[in-house]
Amino acid sequence: MAMRSAVVTFPGSNCDRDMAVALANVSGTQPLRLWHGDAELPDGLDFIALPGGFSYGDYLRSGAMASRSPILQAVVAAAKRGVPVLGVCNGFQVLTEAKLLPGALMRNASQNFICKTVPLKVETNQTLFTSAYDEGEIIHIPVAHHDGNFFADEATLDQLEGDGQVVFRYTEPCNGSRRDIAGIINAEGNVLGMMPHPERAIEQAHGGCDGRKLFESVIGALVNA
Amino acid sequence: MKVRILVRLKPGVLDPQGRAVHHSLEGLGFDGVEDVRIGRLIELDVADNTSDEQIDQMCQQLLANMVIEDYSIEKLSASEAA
Repeated sequence: MAMRSAVVTFPGSNCDRDMAVALANVSGTQPLRLWHGDAELPDGLDFIALPGGFSYGDYLRSGAMASRSPILQAVVAAAKRGVPVLGVCNGFQVLTEAKLLPGALMRNASQNFICKTVPLKVETNQTLFTSAYDEGEIIHIPVAHHDGNFFADEATLDQLEGDGQVVFRYTEPCNGSRRDIAGIINAEGNVLGMMPHPERAIEQAHGGCDGRKLFESVIGALVNA
Repeated sequence: MKVRILVRLKPGVLDPQGRAVHHSLEGLGFDGVEDVRIGRLIELDVADNTSDEQIDQMCQQLLANMVIEDYSIEKLSASEAA
């Protein structure tokens, strides 16, 4: 069965095309491209990606305006029906602002924009998005962000850790994130947010292919469903 | 009616911006600055019959992120707003 995926573009998104290319490359099917002002999603979508960038110029807070846009209301409804949603970088910020994921992403503790490839530990492969990785595998994925400093209160952090919702962790401090958290998944297991960019590590020309297995995991699960 | 919303990081939440400004103040030779915290001032001009509850909801649903921020609401009198 061919997969029916979609990439949402907000004003100021800049990784939407990279995300679409990654999805097309791994799945063999072109994803649909959706615009922020669309109030309804096409029927039968089985995967939605929120890309990186600076939606609405990061006005108010990163992701704040996008999370209140018409299409996000439809994305939230789809996520609550169980449709898998991946948010990368600004997409992660949008997911926290939309309350699909807990916590918040604050200015990097160093104040600097961080743009480099970092090692990540795959904390669990018991998710829709990481089943093709080994548990504990160290992968190398680029980060490029100013607001990637994950914050949540201690009780929330303990709950995320205890329930296996911390999916990716920086192996060394990166941006000030609490407990070096780089990516988390919701309790239902269908919404993943992460600051590093797996769509920028799909082919050798990118400098590495470690992001590819994330797409292979989720696409494999959907195509074989 | 003019309303001022002051959005601030909750106590204990690291404020890297405030820290950098603190260092800059010290660099300029200002001694005795114990701490700097940076917030955001939002001024609204709303209909006079806007309820406190509605303003509160604006803060909770959009203007502040309740995970990391607190807010306070100040309604300005006609003379203050002028």
